[in-house]
Amino acid sequence: MAQLWHSLTGPWRALPARQRQILTWGFSIFLLLIYPLVDKTFKWGLVNDVTDVLVLVVLALGLNIVVGYAGLLDLGYAAFFAIGAYTTGVLTWPAHHLEWNFWIVIWASVIVAAFFGIVIGTPTLRLRGDYLAIVTLAFGEIVPVVMRNLGSVSIGIGPWRLLSDFNLTNGVQGLNPVGRPSIWGFNFSFDPTPWYYLILLIAALVIFANVRLQNSRLGRAWMALREDETAADCMGVDPVRTKLQAFAIGASFSGFSGAFYAAKLQAIFPELFKFNLSIMVLCMVILGGMGNIKGVVIGGMLLQLFDRVILTQTTVFARHVGETLHIAPLATIDLSLWRWFFFGLAMVVIMLVKPEGLFPSAARRAELHAAEEETLQPAERG
Amino acid sequence: MALLEARGISKKFGGLAAVSALDLDIEKGMIASLIGPNGAGKTTFFNMVSGFYTPTSGQMLLDGKEIGGLRPNRATALGLGRTFQNIRLFSNMTALENVLVGMNCRLKSAWYGALLRLRSVVQEEAKAHERAQELLAYVGLGGKGETLAKNLSYGLQRRLEIARALATNPKLMLLDEPTAGMNPLETTDAMALIKRVRDDLDITILLIEHDMKVVMSISEFITVLDHGAKIAEGTPEQVRANPKVIEAYLGKGVTKIRRAKQKVVAKTESEKDGTA
Repeated sequence: MAQLWHSLTGPWRALPARQRQILTWGFSIFLLLIYPLVDKTFKWGLVNDVTDVLVLVVLALGLNIVVGYAGLLDLGYAAFFAIGAYTTGVLTWPAHHLEWNFWIVIWASVIVAAFFGIVIGTPTLRLRGDYLAIVTLAFGEIVPVVMRNLGSVSIGIGPWRLLSDFNLTNGVQGLNPVGRPSIWGFNFSFDPTPWYYLILLIAALVIFANVRLQNSRLGRAWMALREDETAADCMGVDPVRTKLQAFAIGASFSGFSGAFYAAKLQAIFPELFKFNLSIMVLCMVILGGMGNIKGVVIGGMLLQLFDRVILTQTTVFARHVGETLHIAPLATIDLSLWRWFFFGLAMVVIMLVKPEGLFPSAARRAELHAAEEETLQPAERG
Repeated sequence: MALLEARGISKKFGGLAAVSALDLDIEKGMIASLIGPNGAGKTTFFNMVSGFYTPTSGQMLLDGKEIGGLRPNRATALGLGRTFQNIRLFSNMTALENVLVGMNCRLKSAWYGALLRLRSVVQEEAKAHERAQELLAYVGLGGKGETLAKNLSYGLQRRLEIARALATNPKLMLLDEPTAGMNPLETTDAMALIKRVRDDLDITILLIEHDMKVVMSISEFITVLDHGAKIAEGTPEQVRANPKVIEAYLGKGVTKIRRAKQKVVAKTESEKDGTA
């Protein structure tokens, strides 16, 4: 079997690495571009779901900079997504009489998200490891609460009232509707296909940025900090500044997807940005392989495929089996209620079997297996 | 003016004075050593120079600029390179990447430059790679650029640490026990490398070392610390002959024993002379 595989893939492996790379990329891009057509032909009706998946993939790519490259465990990443989405919401909600053009608003969201990345990062990035995780976790909880309470803003100094009961975010109901993009007279509406191409463009942009940054002075500084912060500091890498850049750039990517998501969904409310979302995105990064762009993209897609397709299909199948075999509990089962159980299980298995993720970066693999080698050595000597 | 000037530097940890009112001058172009028994305050002093500790009092000047209390990366930017007692390479990065990280504070490209791949950034990166390869070749790691740092042998890892410190373009290089754990052959090579760095690159070197053979043969100036204070300084010959140094290392009785021995030797010799 292995031999058959070997001989079948022979011509492929005979190609120079560069050509193989171009072919793989070209083919993937081609598939992604014609996907809506394929979907239409086979009547899958999944374009909308795939678009949502890509929103999460863009988020995962942003978090990859923070967690994968710089090694900062951020458990509140959804907060920046929320900030991006709310920026778009506030600037386009008709009741505010601003209704800015979406193409300007999306950049505003990026800038605001990056700004908050710096605001949050400045006091917290002096912390290391676990402490940072706890602080970001708290931040992730605070932001939705703030959004809920900004439905009534009053600012006053003594008797002077600057703002009285100003409705910025419309509280629990959230902002609805949110301005949609339009281009050359074409309006984005309920047809998911244009949205699909837009998020594809954003994803391409974010991947491009990931690649460029990875092989740069900044990318090396991030890696060095992840490896040994003290040594990096002594070699002239400013830890606080470098980490802040990771936070800000990571946050700006979630600003992109936040703006897109708000416009596509047409409604945003605090409930959308709960802790679950941060964890889901983190799972995508870890499952695929921290620090590896391909890993994060494929890992994220697999996780979402599992969530949206495999779980529902298995539910249908299990019910069918239950009905034919007259097993009552099986006939009424709903596996999608178990999604977090399966996620948790998948994480435990991944951590035990392949802690570097499904498609790891070379450096990460080396890091995570170094501990094993060290523990093995004394036994070998003995 | 000396390259590194410590003026009344003290460091207290609670009630313990690890270094007290130390004055030290390291002249430009020198290979200087800092020695002393365990707990004498050598590493504390190193950590104050490189920015890990803020001195409790006193001044630390590098080339006339105050570096006491600066963050390590600021001190590095002002021309201070260092290696570590326990090797601290970025072990899962390649040798070349390690050296490139060392150049970090001498490069200017910012995130937007990297994103847009501006011409200036591309040129800078190309130059940096070229220089990194040169440095690797210089310390004897030519052709090993793509090897992960942790896969290098112990001696080569020490060399890579020196290359990485050289990449920061230092005026003064601090070497914390550069030959610790090396076999005699590796030690000789390391000493030759240190000498070469000073002679070719005009970098002043200050090292902590326990191996007296290394210290005596390589240093031009030695400072001896004991209990956080300077007890002697001078050329290897001066330091070796200083009774205070012998006392600090071997205990008080030793000097007496030595004198007694010398007397005995003198006596027997005179007796020999007498009989002859």
